[in-house]
Amino acid sequence: MNSLNIFKYDLISFFTYTLLVTFGIVNIYSATYNESFTTVIDYTSIVGKQLIFLLACIVAFFLIIFTKNKFFDSISTVLYFISIILLLSLFIFGSERGGAKSWYIIGPISFQPTEFAKLCTALFLAKFLSIIQTDLKKTRDIFIVGVIILIPVILITLQPDPGSALVFFAFIFPILREGLDLKFLYFGIVIFLTLLLTLILGFTTISTIILMLFVLLNLYNRQKKIRVSFTTYLLSLIVFIGVSFSTNYLFENVLEQRHRDRVNLIIGKEVDNRGIGYNTNQSKIAISNGGFFGAGFLKGTQTKGKFVPRQHTDYIFSTIGEEWGFAGSFLTILLFTLLISRISIRADKQINHFRRIYSYCFASLLFIHFFINIGMSIGLVPSVGIPLPYISYGGSSLLIFSVMFFIYLNFDSSRLKED
Amino acid sequence: MLKKYLLISSTIICSVIFIVKLATLQLSADSYFNSDFAIQEISIYPERGLIFDRYGELLVANQPMYDLIIIPENTVEFDTTELSKLINVEEKELRRKISNAINYSSKIPSLIKTQISKEENAFLQEKIWLYDGFYIRKNSVRNYIKPFASNIIGYTGEVDQTEIDAYNYYEKGEMIGKQGVEKYYENELRGEKGSKYFQKDRFNRVIGTYDNSNKDVDPIKANNITLTIDIKLQEYAESLLKNKRGGVVVIEPSTGEILTLVSSPTYESNQFIGQDRTTNFQKLLNDTINKPLFDRSLQAQYSPGSPMKILNALIGLQEKVIDENTTFTCNAGHFYARNAFMGCHNKFGTISDLRKGIYNSCNTYFAKTYKMILDKYKTPSEGLDTWANHIKSFGLGDYLGYDLFIGQKGFIPESDYYNRFYGNNRWGSSTTISNSIGQGEILTTPIQMANFTSAIANRGFYYKPHFVKKINGESIFNEDRVTTTIDKENFEIVIDGMVEVVNKGTARIAKINGINVAGKTGTVENFILIENEKKQLTDHSTFIAFAPAENPQIVVSVFIENGYWGSRWAAPIASLIIEKYLKDNIERKWLENRMVNGSLQSEYEKPYKFKTFTINE
Repeated sequence: MNSLNIFKYDLISFFTYTLLVTFGIVNIYSATYNESFTTVIDYTSIVGKQLIFLLACIVAFFLIIFTKNKFFDSISTVLYFISIILLLSLFIFGSERGGAKSWYIIGPISFQPTEFAKLCTALFLAKFLSIIQTDLKKTRDIFIVGVIILIPVILITLQPDPGSALVFFAFIFPILREGLDLKFLYFGIVIFLTLLLTLILGFTTISTIILMLFVLLNLYNRQKKIRVSFTTYLLSLIVFIGVSFSTNYLFENVLEQRHRDRVNLIIGKEVDNRGIGYNTNQSKIAISNGGFFGAGFLKGTQTKGKFVPRQHTDYIFSTIGEEWGFAGSFLTILLFTLLISRISIRADKQINHFRRIYSYCFASLLFIHFFINIGMSIGLVPSVGIPLPYISYGGSSLLIFSVMFFIYLNFDSSRLKED
Repeated sequence: MLKKYLLISSTIICSVIFIVKLATLQLSADSYFNSDFAIQEISIYPERGLIFDRYGELLVANQPMYDLIIIPENTVEFDTTELSKLINVEEKELRRKISNAINYSSKIPSLIKTQISKEENAFLQEKIWLYDGFYIRKNSVRNYIKPFASNIIGYTGEVDQTEIDAYNYYEKGEMIGKQGVEKYYENELRGEKGSKYFQKDRFNRVIGTYDNSNKDVDPIKANNITLTIDIKLQEYAESLLKNKRGGVVVIEPSTGEILTLVSSPTYESNQFIGQDRTTNFQKLLNDTINKPLFDRSLQAQYSPGSPMKILNALIGLQEKVIDENTTFTCNAGHFYARNAFMGCHNKFGTISDLRKGIYNSCNTYFAKTYKMILDKYKTPSEGLDTWANHIKSFGLGDYLGYDLFIGQKGFIPESDYYNRFYGNNRWGSSTTISNSIGQGEILTTPIQMANFTSAIANRGFYYKPHFVKKINGESIFNEDRVTTTIDKENFEIVIDGMVEVVNKGTARIAKINGINVAGKTGTVENFILIENEKKQLTDHSTFIAFAPAENPQIVVSVFIENGYWGSRWAAPIASLIIEKYLKDNIERKWLENRMVNGSLQSEYEKPYKFKTFTINE
């Protein structure tokens, strides 16, 4: 770090990052715009607060860029446990907002440890997977990885904030990348499909279909003279029917009504644009209102009328859609695609395992946010309350995702070094 | 391989799906959603144009009234019984209106009660704030300052669905001219409404202007209208027609301007304003005996009676079948065909020349003239059509094209009509002899009578009669004169006869000191059907006149239903109107009193008493 050579940094990603953050500020300004208060430099306004956090990001940028990357390796274990403690103590000291106890509020500053846990889990997972002895073919290690991820997931679900907990499934990408057998993925997909189809078609239909498939499979195997033991058949059959059955049970008894509604809405079982479907419907109205070039900055009528709830946080994409139109939305999606792809491609070039796995974890987290947030804004994914990184209002989210990005920049700059 | 590219490929697949979905949302031609709820359009109305009489006297202005409005979404639970008492609307009706408003739109304002008076509003203002979602909006309605000329001015009312569909301009609850000048000059009087746009939020509250008011449209000012009506003369004429049925039309012959147009009985425009307007309208509509909404001057088609003789005299002169010295002998009537006798009130053996024929209104003279006109031609068809052509050149059998939407064509029979009835030319002058004295098939309206009198006064031409003189102070009438088929020189002798009608003939009562009045009386036989039985009623009284005869400034046509004979009601009324217009004060107070106080109501009741009755006495 003696001579600062800026060309060793991933400037394209940095440029993309800057664009996204700037665009975010612009859209938060528009989404919270009020004709009677037009000053930007107001620390109590929403944009003002976001700008303060941006300032914090800039400070963090210099701190992180000039830190030796070895430091993150050594601190990751400690950070992970701190984050778990923070999540745990939420149940005692946390403040409730929107029905979930997921905030620490100290004076004017509020902080969401869930965001912090994303960073720490990524670092700690990278740390564990990079240990030379770790082998994802061993049941013991798979179990440990599962525990690392599930601890924050369970704690966050209990807040209750199942939406944010969902984000941790992003780590399936680095785990697979680091050697988990693909059959886990296939199995997961099959289970997921069974689950989804049970919700749509009902338990009876699905179990009938599963039975018929098994009979067909059996016949096929006999034809081809493939021997499969009867026990395996029976076991798999019980698992599938069991999943299908428990889906019904879980859906009806564990999930709350609002979650059920959101799922029902997406699978098309329910249409209610005034009640439960209001958010998604208003978001779609705003977006379709944008046309090709959009209504223009501060000119979106749906945005101005604040028809979309939480439009400066979770539904910020509706403002982009309305005021910047197809062109702006397209560009936003393009920037995210570029950023995620670039990070994951450059992660592959890392020689150091820890740094590679971390970068990959980060890219995966970005992807899952991108997928869920935009997906719900345009009505493809059930409504889940998570922010769009860099764009949505939210200090914790902006700061943590920026820190994650800066750590990536730091790691990437020394990608050809062993340690 | 799959593991390595799983993240990238997921990202790209998911981006492509997003972009496709975005394209369907944002780029499809018909926007799947609309944003009506985010923008509120409020119409800005220019003040409706004022109406003045010919001398600039204000007849119609505007006055404030108040509307009670509901925005269903903004209401909270409230007691409809209490509100119905407060606003004085039946609860059932109130509930119906509220549910209509909800069905229409829960976010858009709907009218609950319109035209709340100033006094009622003062009381309501103190209470209505207790009801969320209700508010009072100031509105403007007409103020008809004079209770006269209502049949000309007309009235305004709320647009109905047919009008909304037809004009593509109005919205529910807006006002439109429904009758009279208010209707005919609607576009001038209303101006063009403008719009203001406001941004609303999701609670349906207005939070500011939309697009910095750049899309707002300013209203265009309405035009003021000056009528040709002389409101003082109109008022006077209306007073003379009290308790009588009929019409009066007064025209300035040198311009075609209608000075007065009375239909009696009539209504008052103010009856169409305020809370009682609906009941008032129903009452007027249901009065099928007096028919106050029926304009007798424009819509009533009567047989013209003896004034028709003047036209026959002119045609006779033009066709050169008679001249001023032609005489006929009248034996209290004459046989116009074998065993067919037409009576006349002239004594047996009276010998009349043209002038005397006119001032004594001799049936025989004009029956014979008519016969000669038709018989001049080879076939009765040819003869009758020539005659009808002359008649029509005076505007009879025509709507006349004046600037009101109501009217009747009247009827002038032509050869087709009789050919259909009797067979080709199997009829003749004798068959149609009633035309000569204005009975029979001919039908005219009082305004047509005034119009042909105008053509006589002008010695051969008339201007299209009209009601509006100026729009925004600028004259609008620039139509050419309409010439008749009669040569100028043929008029003088006939006009001489008409002057003598007043000086020594049938209408001596119409004589005015110092003014030469030319006129012609008419006594019109008429019939109605009572229980499918044709019954004759007391004759109509009619009179046409112009004055001064040598330089006519005023033309009057009066028609009084069942007024016995021409000089009993119509002639005195016409004469008083002329005196009022030319001299401004009435010397013959006794005559004025007799006309103002006289009533024909008992005459009108006769056929409805279901008893046998006698007429003409």
